[in-house]
This record gives sequence, structure tokens and C-alpha cells, in this order.
Amino acid sequence: MLDFLKPPVAAIQDFYVLSGRALRNLFRGPHYVDDIAIQMDTIGVGSLPIVLLIGFFSGFVITMQMSRALAQYGATGQVGQIVAITLVRELGPVLTALLVAGRNASGIASELGSMKVTEQIDAMRALGTDPIQKLVTPRMIATCIMLPLLTIVADFVGLIGGYVIAYFSIGLTTSEYWTNAYQALEYNDIAQGLLKPFVFAFIISLVGCFYGLRTTGGTQGVGLATTKAVVAASVWVFVITSLITRVFVNLH
Amino acid sequence: MRFDEIVALDSVSFELGASETRVVLGAAGSGKTTLLKAAIGLIRPDSGKIYLLGQEITGLKEAQLFHIRSGVGVLFQEGGLFDSVTVEENVAYPLLNRTKHPDTLDEAETKVRAALRFVELEQTLEQYPSELSGGMRRRVGIARAVVSEPPLVLYDSPTAGLDPITANLIMALIAKERDSRETANLIVTQRYQDGQLMANFRYNRNSGHLEPASTNGAGGENGSNPTRTIFMVMKDGRVVFEGTQHELEASQDDYVQKFVPKHT
Repeated sequence: MLDFLKPPVAAIQDFYVLSGRALRNLFRGPHYVDDIAIQMDTIGVGSLPIVLLIGFFSGFVITMQMSRALAQYGATGQVGQIVAITLVRELGPVLTALLVAGRNASGIASELGSMKVTEQIDAMRALGTDPIQKLVTPRMIATCIMLPLLTIVADFVGLIGGYVIAYFSIGLTTSEYWTNAYQALEYNDIAQGLLKPFVFAFIISLVGCFYGLRTTGGTQGVGLATTKAVVAASVWVFVITSLITRVFVNLH
Repeated sequence: MRFDEIVALDSVSFELGASETRVVLGAAGSGKTTLLKAAIGLIRPDSGKIYLLGQEITGLKEAQLFHIRSGVGVLFQEGGLFDSVTVEENVAYPLLNRTKHPDTLDEAETKVRAALRFVELEQTLEQYPSELSGGMRRRVGIARAVVSEPPLVLYDSPTAGLDPITANLIMALIAKERDSRETANLIVTQRYQDGQLMANFRYNRNSGHLEPASTNGAGGENGSNPTRTIFMVMKDGRVVFEGTQHELEASQDDYVQKFVPKHT
């Protein structure tokens, strides 16, 4: 009767098994340091231009929008505070994660998916290598290191974007903007802003690997796996940011 | 063995002795590839037992399997080469990544060159698999399968999708491999000619050519089957025929007859 529940439950179980193995491999060898470095380059350095662009414009736009709202209360001087809090707590981590999900969860899923359908994964196992150790764990480690760093970069260029509007359009001085932005941030905000990308990194890399390794049915299957990975990773980013925000708001 | 509700392999039982050749024929979807993957533990059966190189592998964990599998060479359909690394790194992979006693880079390089010379592709060392033709990829796959000199080699449809001339070249390499190192072979194929070549020709180390098996005298003690080649025909996951080439050609079964060309 409840047969329709079987596939999703089985998928969740498989995802947990994959995550468990990927995490366990952190503590046992062999470690493929070269693969980690290559993945850090693809995921981190490769995402940098788009993260810079999106980070800058999100700060730019928030400041423009907020300056109008704040003008009603005669509080345009507080714009630095608003940009800092929204970027560091929420938009920086989420926008960066969504970019990386779109760029790298899809990349991981299509790469592993192609390897799966051309029997390279089987070949790897037949030649004595654990594909999870060789493919999944390096991608997970690389994303967990690079995503928080990318988020910090996005937050910073976002603040610069806000500064450009605050200085040229609103007419604040440099120190008014930066002092206001700096003083608005508490340790709680920073902790939240760094915890989020770290958790997102697990989700993005593991979801990408999960759908990639489950690929069946040739090239069409690879396309399908890629799409599913991006959608699932993006949805989970929103679910998790809501949960973490909820916890931190209560803590405060 | 079953996938969801579909039974892929049903009561399949056989034994492959040292330096024997077994040719598995069957239509697409008859369970040939599944059989081959189950034999090295890539797929686990729901019931029954599998012994690999004298050791039961049915209950082993993946990590324990790695060592046993290093005694088996596998050629996957389409070669299964890693397309992100060069031919040289592909062929060196089994040597550098085996769990016990991995080779040093120098040792591996010598063996890789020897293996690629064996398949006559020494000039492709620095190339990537995507730059090679289908037949060349298959040959690199053979080099990777045999580079660690395993006593057992499995071939999954080595000639699928190749033109007859290239296909014969590949089969000649497989026969050469078998006869220069006396390996056991499991060959899964849809082409009867592949099996016929394995059953009737031997590689002569002195002349460097394939010769009809009966003329070089090695067949004496084995009677009419000098290359010790057994044919097996599969249908819907079951073995419907098992025997020598002579028995295969004499079979009256309609399905079995489909694999034996009438005019040979």
C-alpha cells in the first residue's frame, strides 16, 4: 500500500550511507592529496570571478533599495549596518552556495555520471580503488575548505559594493559607512555566517556525488542526474539556512 | 541474482580452471555482463556463492576484495579507461594503486612500456583516451588489464562496436596474451567468430604469429580441444548450453544455433 514511499526512503538511506562512508574516509587512508588540490582549484579558484561579480552587485543593490526605505526615517546613515548584517548573516552564504551549487554540484554530478555510464567507476573498483575515497571525499574536503573562503570574499566585495553606492549616491563619508558596518557585526553574526557555508559545502558536494554515482541510462541519464543535483542542492541550501537562522535567532 | 523484480542471473554455475578459456555467448540482456561483474564482486548475488582465485568472495567487504581483485585483469566494454588521465597513467593505475606492494614509479614505467608494446601502442603514452580510436582504446584497455600479469583475465565484449578487421586484431591480441602467459580467460561476447578464434588458434612465440592450434603439437593430450576452450550460451540469465566448439556446432537448439553461422 505504501509502496510509493519506498524509492524516496531508499534514496535517503543511500544518501546517508554515502555520506557516512565519505566522512569515515577522512580518518583512513589512502588520502588523494593531488585530487583534493585539483578540486580546490576547480571549485574555489574557478568560482572566484562569478562570486566576486555576484557579491559586489548584491551589496550594490541592497544599498540602493535600503537607502530609499531608510530615507523615510531619516536614517540613511545606518545603511552600512543593514548591508553588513544581511550580507554576512544571510545573503553572502546563500548566494555563494547557490552559485557553487549551480556551478559545481552540476559539474560533479555530470563528471561522476559520465564515469559511471562509461564503466570507469566499475573499472576503478576492479583496479583496487574505492571510488568514494578517490572521488567523493576529495570533492567534499575541497568544497568544505573553499566555500567558507568564497563566502568571506563575497561578503567583503558586497560591502564594497554597498560602499560605492553609500559614497557616490547617498553621500556618506568613508568612515561613516565602514564604522557603521563594522560595529553592526557581532561574533554571533560571524559564527552564523561561517557555519552556514560549511554545512552547505557538505550538502552541495555530497548531493552532486550522490546523483552522479546513481546515474543510469547513458548520456540522457547524465543530463538528468545533473539537473536533479542542482535542484536538490539548491532546495537543501534554503532548508538548512532556515534551520540555522532559526537556531541562531533563538540563541540571541 | 535479481535487479528489482527482474531476474538477471538464475542458477548459473561454472568453474574456470587455470589456463582455460571460457567463451560466453548470448543475446543482449541475457546476463553476460552481469555474470562477469558478479565474478569479481562488483555486483553481489542474492543467493549462491562465488569463488575467485580459490577464495570465497560472496561475504567479503569491498576493502577485502581489493587485494583479491588485483589478481584479475578486466577489460570493460568500451575499455573503461579513465578519460581524465593519459594512456600512460591509465595503464600504470593498477600497478600504483594496488593495496599490497604498489610499484615505484620507475618499476611501473618499465612495465607500462612493455604492456603498451605488447598491444603495439607504445607511441600513445602521452595521449588521452579521447584522442584514440575505439579499437585503440580497447587495446589500451587490454594493456591495463594485463600490465600486472594477473593469472585470470576477464573480457567484456572486447569486439562490440568494432569493424571485423579491428575485431580480429583485438581477438588476436587476446589469444597472444593467453598463450604467452598461460592465463585463464573469461570472454563475454556476441560474436561467434571471437570464440572460434580462441578455440582454434594459438599464438606461436617463435614465429610471432597466430597458427591453427592443431599444427603446433600442443594439443596432443587434450584431444580435439587443444586450447582448452569451453563455450557457454546464455539466455535470459540461464545457461542453456555448455560444451566444446564441436558440441556447440552440433547443437540442435534453435537459440544456440543463432550464434553459430551456418557456413563456417
